[in-house]
Amino acid sequence: MPNETNIEYHVSITTGNSEFLVKNLIEIESLSFKRGERVIYDNISLQIPAGKTTAVMGPSGIGKTTLLKLIGGQLRPDAGDIKFKQESIPSMSRSRLFKVRRQMSMLFQSGALFTEMSVFDNIAYPLREHTQLSEALIETVVLMKLQAVGLRGASKLMPSELSGGMARRAALARAIALDPELIMYDEPFAGQDPISMGVLVKLIKELNNALNLTSVVVTHDVTEVMSIADYVYILADKRIIGAGTPEQIRQSDSDLVQQFLQGKADGPVPFHYPANTLEQEFMGAN
Amino acid sequence: MEWLANLGKSTLDRFAAVGRASYVLAGSLIAVPQLKNVPLTIKQMYVVGVQSLSIIMVSGLFIGMVMALQGYTILVDYGAEGSLGPMVALSILRELGPVVTALLFAGRAGSALTAEIGLMKATEQLSSLEMMAIDPLRRIVAPRLWAGLLSMPMLTVIFSAVGILGGHLVGVEWLGVDAGSYWSIMQSTVEWNADVMNGVIKSIVFAFVVTWIAIFKGYDSVPTSEGISAATTQTVVYSSLAVLGLDFVLTAIMFGIE
Amino acid sequence: MTSRKSEILVGLFVALTIAATLMLAMNVASKGSVGQGETYNLYAKFDNIGGLKVRSSVKVGGVTIGRVESIHLDPEDFTPVVTLSIVKQYNAFPETSSVSILTSGLLGEQYVGLQPGFSIDDIENLAEGDYIADTKSALVLEDLIGQFLFSRDND
Repeated sequence: MPNETNIEYHVSITTGNSEFLVKNLIEIESLSFKRGERVIYDNISLQIPAGKTTAVMGPSGIGKTTLLKLIGGQLRPDAGDIKFKQESIPSMSRSRLFKVRRQMSMLFQSGALFTEMSVFDNIAYPLREHTQLSEALIETVVLMKLQAVGLRGASKLMPSELSGGMARRAALARAIALDPELIMYDEPFAGQDPISMGVLVKLIKELNNALNLTSVVVTHDVTEVMSIADYVYILADKRIIGAGTPEQIRQSDSDLVQQFLQGKADGPVPFHYPANTLEQEFMGAN
Repeated sequence: MEWLANLGKSTLDRFAAVGRASYVLAGSLIAVPQLKNVPLTIKQMYVVGVQSLSIIMVSGLFIGMVMALQGYTILVDYGAEGSLGPMVALSILRELGPVVTALLFAGRAGSALTAEIGLMKATEQLSSLEMMAIDPLRRIVAPRLWAGLLSMPMLTVIFSAVGILGGHLVGVEWLGVDAGSYWSIMQSTVEWNADVMNGVIKSIVFAFVVTWIAIFKGYDSVPTSEGISAATTQTVVYSSLAVLGLDFVLTAIMFGIE
Repeated sequence: MTSRKSEILVGLFVALTIAATLMLAMNVASKGSVGQGETYNLYAKFDNIGGLKVRSSVKVGGVTIGRVESIHLDPEDFTPVVTLSIVKQYNAFPETSSVSILTSGLLGEQYVGLQPGFSIDDIENLAEGDYIADTKSALVLEDLIGQFLFSRDND
C-alpha cells in the first residue's frame, strides 16, 4: 500500500505494468467485517478513483451490498479503515457523517422509492429536506432530473404504478437530486429486461460523464458492467481475487476469475454444496 | 447446563432489546421541536386516529348497550335500577374505555404501524433515508409516535362518551329506566378528577406503551415477510398483555385501598 | 389534495373529542365541581366512623359542600379524626354547628351530614383548621340490635 498521502489525496495505483496517478475518492484499508460469527471480509483493501466508474463484482451472497453500507457509514467495520476524501468514515460523529452523506448517494436494489408519495415528491424530497429552495425552483430541478432519466412524463404517477425499470430510473433521479459526488449502485441490473438494462447502462455511463460523478457499481452482471467500468474488483471468498481494468481482468489467468467471467457451472467455486460423498450418502456411513 | 446457558442468553437478548427500544424512543422523542414534523404528525393522526374512529365508536356503543342490559337485569332484582347510570358510567370511564380502546388500538393501528415500518425497512426505504442524511427516527418514527400518543386518549374519551350514550339508549329508551335518574344519579356519583381524569391518565399510559411497542417492533423487525408477520403478531400480543397488566397496576394505585 | 382531506378529517376528530369531553363534563361528571377549586379543612372527632371512607361527601341538607379528605386515629385518645375539605364558597358556618355520620337509604353509602348551628353575635364562624366539637357517631347496626335486646330484657 503506497502511503505518500500528504499530497491532497493522490495515491498511485499499480495496475499490471502501467502506473498512473489518480485522485482516490474512497480508500479502504485492510478492512475486516464480521456478521455475527460469519466473516464477510477478511483484510481487504481497495481504492475508488474519483471521476471514474468502479465495478465491484462477485458471486451472490458474499456481501457486496455490505461493502456499500460500510462506505455509507451504516455499518461499522470490525477492523481497518474507510476513508472518504481522506477522512475516516467509521470514526466520524453522527452529525459529521450526516454532512458527509449529502455528498454521496445510493441507488438501492429495490429502488426504495417512498411508496406513499408521487414520483415528483420522491425526487423533491431530498431537496425539500436539505435545501431552502423555493417551490418553483424545486419543480424546475425535479423536472430536469426526471428529464435526464426520461421520466418527466411520469412525474404524477405513484411508485406502485411504475414498472421495475422505471422505478429504478426514478430512484436514480432522486439519487442525483442533490448533485452528489459519489453514487453507489447496488445491483442496478438485477431482474431487468434487456431494454431496461440497456437504458440503465446508458444512464450510468452518461451521468458519470456529464456530472463528473464517481460511481461504484456493485453487480454480478458481467457483460453490462464490463462495458462501462473503468476499473473492476472481483470479490470472492472474503477477499479480492482480481483487480484491474476490464481488459486486464479478461486476460487474468486466475481460474476463479475466469469461472466467474464465463459463468462456468463448476470450477474453483464448486457446483455441489459441500456434502458427504455419494457412496457415503446412499450406501450407509462407512 | 444447556438450559442454564439458554436462560442466560435469552435474558441477555431481552436486555439488548430493551436497550434498542429505548434508543428508538429517545431518538424519536428528541425530534419534538421540529416544525417540519407537524404536518407529518397530522397525517399520521389521520391514519392511526381518524381511521380507527369507526371501530372505536361502534365498539363503544355496543359495550355501553351490553353494560346497560346486563346491569339492568341484576339491579332490577334489588329495585336499584336507578343506579344503572353510575354503574354504566363508572365501569366505562374507569376500566372499559381505556382498556378496550387500547386493545382495539393495538389491533387496528398498532399492527398497521408495525407492518408499515417493517415494510419500509424491508424495501430499504429506511436505509435510503439514512443515506440521504435524513434520520428515519425523526422523519418516519417520531410522527407516528406522537400521533399514537395524541390519538389514543382522544379515542378513549370518544369511546366513553359513546358508551354512556349507548347505555342511555338501552337503559332509558328500551328498558324504561327513568331518564332523569339515569343522568342525575350518574352526575352525583361520577367525579371529574377521580373518575374521568384517571381514565384519561390510564389511556395516556396505554397510548405510550402500545405505540412504543408498535414502532419498536416495526423498526426492529427482520426485513422479510416472515419477520414482518411475526413482528405484527408480537405487537398485538405484547401490547395487549402490557395493557392488561398495567391496567391492574394503575387501578391499584388510583382506586386502591388508601 | 389528499393532505387537505386528511387535515379536515383530523380537525373533525379533534372537534369530536372536544364534544365528547364536554359531554362528559356537563352530563356525566358531577357539576359544582367539588374537589376542584379552593377548599378549607375542618376537623371532627367521632367515637365511631362506621363505614365512612375517604372521598365520602359532606352534605348540608342534601347539598354536597365538600369531601372527606382523610381519616386517621388520634394517637393520644384513640378516637378517629376526620378531615373535611369544604369548598371556600361555604365559609360561614357558626361554631355551634354539628356533624353526624349518616347513611343514604337503608343500604347506601355513608356520608357526613353537617347541621349548621344558630349564630349569635359573639359566636365566630368555623375557619381553617378548627375542630367541630358537636359530633354524632355512625349508627352501628350490631350496637343497635344489642341495645334493643337489652331493653327487652329489662321489661
